[in-house]
Amino acid sequence: MEQLRFIGTEAPRPDAPDKAAGKAIYIHDLVRPAMLYGKIKFSSFAHARIKSIDTSKAERLPGVRAVITGYNTPEIRIGFIKDNFALKKGKVRQFRDEVAAVAAIDPDIAEEALELIDVEYEELPAVFDPEEALKEGAPLIHETDPRGKPKTDNLVPVPWKFVAGDLEKAKAESAYVAEGYFTTPLIQQSCMGTAGCIAEFDLQNNLLIHTKTQIPFLAQNDFNRALSAMGLKGRNTRVVVPTLGGSFGTGLDTHGYEYIAILLAYKTGRPVKILLNREEEFRALSPRQPTRTWISQGCGKDGWLTFRDIRMTLDNGAYTSWGATTPSVMMLPISSIYRVPNVFYETKIVYTNNTYCQAMRGYGNPQAAWALECNMDQLAEVAGIDPFDLRLKNRNVPDDITQMGLNITSCGHEECLNKVAEKLGWREKRGKGRSIARGVGMASLFHVGGSGRVYRSDGSGIIMKLDDFGNLSVMAGGIEMGQGFISALALASAESLGITPDKVTVLTGDTATCPWDVGTHASRGAFTACNAAIMAARKAREKIFRLASEHFMPRVHFALKLKKKKNPSFEIPDLNWERICDPSEFELKENVIYLKEEPDSPLLRVTLEEILREAHFKEQGTMIVTEAFYDPCNQMLDARTCRGNLSATYIFGAQGAEVEVDLETGEVKILNFVAAHDVGRVLNQQTIKGQIYGGIAQGVGYALFEEYRSSKGINLNPNFLDYKIVSAPDMDFPVHIECVETLDREGPFGAKGVGEPGLVPTAPAIANAVYDAIGIRITDLPMTPEKILAAIKKIR
Amino acid sequence: MKKMLNFVLNGSEVSAEVESHRMLLQVLREQFQLTGTKEGCGQGECGACTVLVEGIPVDSCIYPAFEVTGKSVVTVEGLLGDGNRLHPIQEAFVANGGIQCGFCTPGMIMSSKALLDGVPVPTAAEVRRALSGNLCRCTGYVQIVDSVLKTHGVTKAEPV
Repeated sequence: MEQLRFIGTEAPRPDAPDKAAGKAIYIHDLVRPAMLYGKIKFSSFAHARIKSIDTSKAERLPGVRAVITGYNTPEIRIGFIKDNFALKKGKVRQFRDEVAAVAAIDPDIAEEALELIDVEYEELPAVFDPEEALKEGAPLIHETDPRGKPKTDNLVPVPWKFVAGDLEKAKAESAYVAEGYFTTPLIQQSCMGTAGCIAEFDLQNNLLIHTKTQIPFLAQNDFNRALSAMGLKGRNTRVVVPTLGGSFGTGLDTHGYEYIAILLAYKTGRPVKILLNREEEFRALSPRQPTRTWISQGCGKDGWLTFRDIRMTLDNGAYTSWGATTPSVMMLPISSIYRVPNVFYETKIVYTNNTYCQAMRGYGNPQAAWALECNMDQLAEVAGIDPFDLRLKNRNVPDDITQMGLNITSCGHEECLNKVAEKLGWREKRGKGRSIARGVGMASLFHVGGSGRVYRSDGSGIIMKLDDFGNLSVMAGGIEMGQGFISALALASAESLGITPDKVTVLTGDTATCPWDVGTHASRGAFTACNAAIMAARKAREKIFRLASEHFMPRVHFALKLKKKKNPSFEIPDLNWERICDPSEFELKENVIYLKEEPDSPLLRVTLEEILREAHFKEQGTMIVTEAFYDPCNQMLDARTCRGNLSATYIFGAQGAEVEVDLETGEVKILNFVAAHDVGRVLNQQTIKGQIYGGIAQGVGYALFEEYRSSKGINLNPNFLDYKIVSAPDMDFPVHIECVETLDREGPFGAKGVGEPGLVPTAPAIANAVYDAIGIRITDLPMTPEKILAAIKKIR
Repeated sequence: MKKMLNFVLNGSEVSAEVESHRMLLQVLREQFQLTGTKEGCGQGECGACTVLVEGIPVDSCIYPAFEVTGKSVVTVEGLLGDGNRLHPIQEAFVANGGIQCGFCTPGMIMSSKALLDGVPVPTAAEVRRALSGNLCRCTGYVQIVDSVLKTHGVTKAEPV
C-alpha cells in the first residue's frame, strides 16, 4: 500500500473547534437585517376539501406583514413528479398540508396570527393503509396525475421491477425454500438541528436563500423554477448552506416551507425566516418510508442460493418525493448481495393520506436488508446450515458482474464475514446460549460505494485557489452535514497537492461561489469530491512546477545570498543559478518545492509561498486557480430492465451482535457488537469510525424502539419523550470496528463511500441474535419488549 | 410585562429587561447573543440547551429566566479562555472525534463539565449516565464518552 503522509491518519476535524466553542453558525443563529418570521398553518384533516379560508382577522393583527394562501399566490409545483404544491388549493391530502402562512415581526405574533386564520373544510373519506388504498373503491388521493390526466387508482406512477433468470424453474429445483413477511416502520431522521431557511430578494429580484439542504445546486434549479412561476423568469437564486445540525436525507428534496418563505419574502420585500420547531420537524418533514416485504429464497442441497423472490409495498404518503426512487437502491442488495442466479423483485408505491415519505440514511437499503438478512437465517435453518457458513459460501467476490449489471471490482465481503465471526466468537457461541437466553447473530451489507447515478449527472466540482502565503482554498459543491466531508476533503487536497492540511480551507455550500455538484447523498461526498480534488491538485502542481522552472533557481540563489550576508564565511556553491529547470524535475511535499533528484539537499529547496508570490508579482503575472469536475464511470439504470452499473464501486460489510433477552420483561440487551466494513481505504481514522459508530446507534434504535407512530394520518409522538432515539446509556456495550482496506481502483487513494452503511445490517444482525437466543423471530420492526414478551407468551 | 433580571453570566454581573414568561435560553440567545447554547426541542428532552446554573446542568429552554436572579450562569462561551483558548473538555471533544454536526456539542460539553467538576475521573458508565439527557444523532456516543474520559488523560474504563 502506498505510504501517504496525511491520508489514513487520525486527524481532528477542521470544523470541530468552532463547534466545540459554540461559534459555528446554524440557521437557528442566523439573523438578517429587518428580518421577519414566517409561520405555516397546516391542515386540520388528513383528507378534506377546502371550502374557504378567511385571513382577514390575521391580517389585522398588529405586527403581521403578510398572510398568504394558495388562493392569493402563484401556484408552485414541487416534488419528484410535481404532484405537490407549496400552498394547497381545493383540497388537503395529509395533516401536514400547508394551507396558509404568515410573516410577522416576531415569532410570537406569527404564531398568534395563525390562530386567527379560519379555514372551513369538508372532510373526505381517507385511507391510511397502502393495501387498503389499492382496493377498488378506495378514496382517490389524487384525482388526476400531475399532467391532469384522470387517475383511477392510488398507485404512484413510479414502478420498479427487476427480473433475472427463471424464477419458477429455480423454485421447483430448490432443495430448501424459506419464506417470510417483514415490515419496517416510519423513522424520523431526528436531526438535532431542526430545519429552516431565510429567504430574501435583492432589488433585481434575485433570490438569496440560506437553507438546510444536501442538494444546493438542484435546489437552485427548483427555486429558479419557482421564480418563473412567480413571474420572475430569468431571475436567479443563490443558495447558501449554513452549518447543518445533521441531515440524514432530510435535505434531498426542496420543501414547502422553503417556497413559502420565498413567497413571503417576495410579498414583504424583507428577509423571512421560517424555522421548524421540534413538533413541526416531526410532522412536516418526510420520514423514512415504511415497507412491507414478502420474501422467499431458496438453495440447493449444497447450500448454493438458487433464487430470491421479493414483493414489496411502500407507503408513499400523500405526495411523491425523491424517496420514490429508493427501490432503485434496494434493488442493489436484492439483486446482488450473495451470488444468486434467479431473482424477481417488484415494488408498488402507494398513495395514502399519511405524511409523505422520503429516504433516510441508507436510501431504502435498511428496509431491504431487514427482509433479506432475516430471511437468510430462516433459509439457513430450513437447510440445516450454519447462517455464517451459508453467507460465506454465497458471499460476493471481487471482479464479478452481477445479474443487475453491477460491476464488482474490489470486494472485502469474505474478510468482513470472517472478522465478525472471529470477534464475536461465533463458533463457540452460536446455538449454545438458548438455556441462558443468549445468542449471536450476523448480517451483511451491500451498498453503493462509488456514488450512484440517480440523476443524469453524478458529478462533483472542485475549485482550488492558492494565495500568496501558500494557503489553499478548496471550493466544493458538496455539503458538510456532520459526516466529516470537510475533513476528508482537506486531507485529500493536502495529500494530493503536497501541502500540509493546516494550509487548507474548505469552503462549501454556496451556489454563487462553489462549483456544481449533484448533491451529498449515496455516501458519495468524499468519494466524488476527493477524486475531483486529486484531479484539480494535479493541474495545480503542473502550474506550480511551470512557475518553479523559472523561479526556483533564482530563489535558491537569493536565499543563499541572504545566508552569506548573515554569515560571511558561508561559501555559495556554483550551481548555474540562471538555469531553467524542467517542470518535471520538481517535487512538492509539505509546502516545500525541491528537485526530485536532490530530495535531501538542504540548499535546493524553496517554499511554495515564495514561488506563488513570484507568480503574482512578476511582469505578465499569473495565478494558481484550477478546477476539476469528476463524474464517475457509472451508469443510470435502464428504465425498462433496471440494469446498469449504478455505482463506480460497491461496499460490503458485516455486522454481528451478541444479545441477552430478559424473558421476564422482553428486553433485548446487547452484550457485544462487531462491525467489519470494506471501506476501500481509510481517509481519516477518526471520522470513519464516527460514521460507523453513529450508523450502528441509528441501527440499534431502528432495531429496538424507534417508530414514528400515527393514527389516522396524524403523528402521535412528535417529541423525543415519545419518539425515543438512542441515548448514551443505550450504548453501554463494546463496539468493535474493523475497517477492511481493499484499495479500490476508482476510489480516491482507494477509498469507498462510508456515510450510510453503518446502520444497514444492524437491525437484522440483532434480530438474528435474538432468534439464536430464544428461538423467536420478530418480523416487524422495532423489536420492542412488548412484541418479544407477547411472542414468548405465545410459545409458552 | 418586562422586569429587570440581574445575574452573573460567564463571570460578569449582567442585567437585562426581560418579559416575565421568558425562558433562560431565549434570554441568552436573543438578549445576550450567546447563540452557542442551542434549542433542539424546546421541551427539555434533548439537552442541546444545557447550561450550568450554580454549577448544576439545566435545560435552559424550560428554565424560567427569573429563576437565575442573583445566580451564576455558565454557557459554552464561558468555557473559552483568553484568545479563544479551548477548555480542556472542548479540546478533548475536538481531539477524540466527539463532534460531528456539532449541534448537541455545547450541551454535551456543559453536562460533561458538571460531571467532571464533581467526579474528575469518572467511569464510562458514569459518563453515559451524566450524558443521558443529552441526545446526539450523529456519533453513537462512543467518541463522546471517550472524549470525556480522556479529558483528564484517563484511559477508558471499558473496552471499546
